[in-house]
Amino acid sequence: MTLGLLSQYVFNSLMLGMIYAMVAVGFTLFFGVLDIIKFSHGDVLMVGAFTGLATYLGLEALGVDSALVQLLVMTLVATLSMALLGALIAKYLVLPLRLAPPLNTLLLTLMLGTVLREAVRLFYPQGSNPKPFPRLLPADSISFGSFTLRADSVILLLAGLAAIVAVHLLINRTKLGLAIRAVAQDAETARIMGINFEFIVLLTFAIGSGMAALGGLMNGLYYNEINFGIGLLLGVIGFSAAVVGGLGNIYGAILGGFLFSALQSVGAVTLPALFPGTSTAYKDVFAFAVVIIFMVWRPTGLIAEKKSERV
Amino acid sequence: MKRVFGPASAFPALASMAGVTVFAVLFLHAESQEEVMGLTLGAAAALLLLARFGWNALAAVSFAGHSRTGQAAVLIGVLIIAAVFYDQHFPLLMLASVLLYIVVCLGLNLQFGYAGVLNFAGAAFFGVGCYTAAVLTSHTSLPHLAVVLIGGLMAAGIGSLLILPVLRTHGHYAALVTIAFSILFRVFLEVNDTLGGPQGMKVQGMEILGWKLNDSLAFGEIEISFYANYVVLALVMAAVAFMLVRRLERSWIGLNLDAVRLDETACAAFGIDVARWKITAFTLGNFLTGLAGSVYAMMTGFVAPNSFTFGDSLILVSIVILGGLGNPWGLSVAAAIVLMLPEKLQFIQEYRLLLYAALVILILLFRPGGLMPRQVRSYLPGWKP
Repeated sequence: MTLGLLSQYVFNSLMLGMIYAMVAVGFTLFFGVLDIIKFSHGDVLMVGAFTGLATYLGLEALGVDSALVQLLVMTLVATLSMALLGALIAKYLVLPLRLAPPLNTLLLTLMLGTVLREAVRLFYPQGSNPKPFPRLLPADSISFGSFTLRADSVILLLAGLAAIVAVHLLINRTKLGLAIRAVAQDAETARIMGINFEFIVLLTFAIGSGMAALGGLMNGLYYNEINFGIGLLLGVIGFSAAVVGGLGNIYGAILGGFLFSALQSVGAVTLPALFPGTSTAYKDVFAFAVVIIFMVWRPTGLIAEKKSERV
Repeated sequence: MKRVFGPASAFPALASMAGVTVFAVLFLHAESQEEVMGLTLGAAAALLLLARFGWNALAAVSFAGHSRTGQAAVLIGVLIIAAVFYDQHFPLLMLASVLLYIVVCLGLNLQFGYAGVLNFAGAAFFGVGCYTAAVLTSHTSLPHLAVVLIGGLMAAGIGSLLILPVLRTHGHYAALVTIAFSILFRVFLEVNDTLGGPQGMKVQGMEILGWKLNDSLAFGEIEISFYANYVVLALVMAAVAFMLVRRLERSWIGLNLDAVRLDETACAAFGIDVARWKITAFTLGNFLTGLAGSVYAMMTGFVAPNSFTFGDSLILVSIVILGGLGNPWGLSVAAAIVLMLPEKLQFIQEYRLLLYAALVILILLFRPGGLMPRQVRSYLPGWKP
């Protein structure tokens, strides 16, 4: 393999890893504040991408044809509406089940994901077919031998990085972030200290879901296609990434996201080389198998949550 | 009403079963959408009305006191339904599918209803059974009963690969293991050419000691649909699995499983081997699932990866939750509802997944115990504190 091809693989894997990391950060945020897994996260991402697409079509119909304006409005509408959706889900579906067994919350959100997915499939015009996603980013590219660096990929990568850094700063540097961390550490004590528990939970869900919407738009802009089914796989991958990194830890989630995309790339490259005749489509089989084996080695992820069981 | 029949009477149980049988026959017989809709709403209204008058509680007590008579009544009820539709393929196919799904859900119930081992890969283990039957019937001449057994063993064997990660992890981490396996299995089937890829494989019909189950029986003028054979086979399987699960639940094994689900730490402190009971429940559950899968494949004659998606696993899980976690009767009723309703109500077929999902959300929010919540364990049959 040439250096150019190798760097191409590395770059693509970074790009995918960024999307996975953005999904995983959502999972880990929700787990942090409420100790629950919101499995509809991947489907919120998909709904976000479809909202972006619908906004784009609406802007086209209105005659707005500047790519920059379209992009900004799309991002704004998709992110805000998904943040709202996330907060609504938290208020009406997740919080009422706070005292129920964790299995119930997991199931409820799995089913909610199904509802969102099916709703888009059935009620979006021709929702069951893949939809072309507009190319709004400059398509320039620079070639170094067999390595092509596309401007849109670089922009997406930087945008993802900016979003993750912004969330990091919000959580570690602001008073709001302090409240989120307090709730994550001990909800009871945080309440005693005068922190509005419900508001913080809703806010956290809004932030996580907004991130998912951004991830969905990035996914759409990168592949130039979206369909109603992307949420399920992206959700499971994001969840795997969050778990591999260690639930409740943002750095773990980011690490897990890049690790998962690296696994996929390694699978895609090495499997056909090692076993002639196998297709690169086995990359997901490989990545998930490694995740399962990994769970044997580190049952609570790379950066394990600190936890002691009181008996 | 209690005064009329007394708690010891078997009449309420038998009358309820007769009512359910008549309803099932009418429901399967209904042709137009209006009829089906009317029957569904009528049944729901009748149930609510009967509950209002305390009949349901009475029937439950009667069932508990006469479990043998009640179970015999259920078997006879299924046979009556099969006899009414003796020459029609579709109702019999549906009946047999419901019975096989009951076997699968009994397996899942063992896993997370009793032992608390999450399994979101039910459809994948079902698929292992199906594909085992497909490969063995088309490439070998093994007797088909052995194929069914191997189907179960394969599912249990492949499940045992997951035992280590399942035992090491807890809660959400454990959920990931089976979810990842479910996705992995489906992708594997789709890209594997030897197993037919996305197109799937053909499966031969079952043959027991030279008797082909796919041949219709004919007695003079009367021709019986070949699916009747499968109904009988599935009924035997469901009855045996049901008995097994009930006996397990009532035995000290069930007691241990319940203890493991409720508090692992306390269990370990009392000397209960948590790992051993989790492995038992997980393996036995997968075995049942695989058995049902291999019979199902031979009955439908065709397997494809699309039937074993993560969504299908979720449907299986929702059957168990809808019925009432840990209640074999509940899951049997839920399996019948979840499988039959969309088949008969064609206009909701398209919206099937959406409706299930919404229904499960509502049940989780407002009736977390399911339609028929599990009763507190009674150590002596019929004993009331």
